[in-house]
Amino acid sequence: MIEFDAVSKIYPGGSEAVREFSLRVPSHRTVVLVGSSGSGKTTLLRMVNRMVDPTAGRVLIDGEDIQSRDPVQLRRSIGYVLQQGGLLPHRTIADNIATVPILNGMPRKQALAEVPALMARVGLDPGFARRYPGQLSGGQQQRVGVARALASDPNILLMDEPFGAVDPIVRRELQDELLRLQAELGKTILFVTHDIDEAFRLGDEIVVLKEKGLVAQRGTPQQILAAPADEFVRDFVGVGRAERQLVLEEVDGRTLAVDGDGRPVGILRA
Amino acid sequence: MNWLSQNWERLGELLLNHVALSIPAIVISVLVAVPIGRLAFRKPILGGPVLGAASLLYAVPALPLLVVIPALAGLSPRSPWVMVIALSLYGIALLVRTSADAFAAVDRTVREGALAVGHSPASVFWRVDLPLALPVLIPGIRVVTVSTISLVTIGALIGVSSLGSLLTDGFQRGIVASVITGVVATVALALAFDGLLLLAGRVLTPWRRWSHEPRGGIPVDR
Repeated sequence: MIEFDAVSKIYPGGSEAVREFSLRVPSHRTVVLVGSSGSGKTTLLRMVNRMVDPTAGRVLIDGEDIQSRDPVQLRRSIGYVLQQGGLLPHRTIADNIATVPILNGMPRKQALAEVPALMARVGLDPGFARRYPGQLSGGQQQRVGVARALASDPNILLMDEPFGAVDPIVRRELQDELLRLQAELGKTILFVTHDIDEAFRLGDEIVVLKEKGLVAQRGTPQQILAAPADEFVRDFVGVGRAERQLVLEEVDGRTLAVDGDGRPVGILRA
Repeated sequence: MNWLSQNWERLGELLLNHVALSIPAIVISVLVAVPIGRLAFRKPILGGPVLGAASLLYAVPALPLLVVIPALAGLSPRSPWVMVIALSLYGIALLVRTSADAFAAVDRTVREGALAVGHSPASVFWRVDLPLALPVLIPGIRVVTVSTISLVTIGALIGVSSLGSLLTDGFQRGIVASVITGVVATVALALAFDGLLLLAGRVLTPWRRWSHEPRGGIPVDR
């Protein structure tokens, strides 16, 4: 469980990134922070592994204030997936995936021996193990990033817009893969994105942020879509967007759902 | 050719001296300039003036430097170390800015990513910053190497023997073959070292063969 307890962040120059933000991320759940740039979502994520320290308030993991933890040790106990994978371009795929176990003191040979299974788990051909990141597509690199985050079997996964830089079809595949993995592994996931559709697909709970970590609304995707708290959330979620405006039409005795542009999107089951 | 056939042994000896003066100077230049470059990159406020001062060193004329060093360092004026120190200073002057540029060329997100997954600051330096700086650093080291090998010849003027001695002797005694041999041997030595470093750079940065867009034969996603 991750808890944000009234955290604020003011940078030395005086710019305020987050103001008194509180949130509880329950164990084995996926919570998505969604907001545009300036919402403080990445700052909040980076507070969990102490890449950023709050200027006020506390972040707790399983009830323990992480301010008392050594940042390097803390980071090794948390899986982190960055945009574009954040891989080391000069190390092979196998070395990248084995990074954290080796940093944790596992003998290199043993860490590398576990790589093929990790690659298979994230849907990568283990034959890529000896290649360099530059030889893989963006989607494949992203899978390597996920494998690296899972390598030391952490309880917590932090994901910072991990699928932001790949094309929509690959993004969709990666999201499906993450859902499948999460069903298997049940990690505590804090996921940051600016893409509300991604948030709806992945999140058990969604936190819509305005600016500086101000919570516009939190709830399940259903709650947010059914009852947007205000105009900001309504806009952000795109309640008024054509593809969210579904009407039912009878065609040849079956009921179709048709969006605001008149495009059929599905069939209503009896 | 006759002169050369009679002076093989001397040529070999001078070549060894030349190498023995060059290598320590090159190594010291790298060992001093790289940390300064890294510091200048990390702390630009401190680093700016340091870079400026170090670069100015290169403007100091060689002969006065060779006179001042023994006085300051308490060395005999004809000690080979005088040459090594002078060459190191020039090497450092040449390499500091390149070193700072080399670290600046490392992708910030890669460094951040390495920290975020749990590399300690020291391990970020050794395992991330340093290897990723090599593509810029190695060409800089090649320049220093070639420059050092040619500058070693100046030592002959203060009596530190090297291939430069063939030049001074040749001029004084009017032996053209000696001068030509000195020039050719120095250039050949510089080219040989340069080639070795080029090769070392290739071996040390295997990932660069694929640093840009994937080429043919690499399977795409899906």
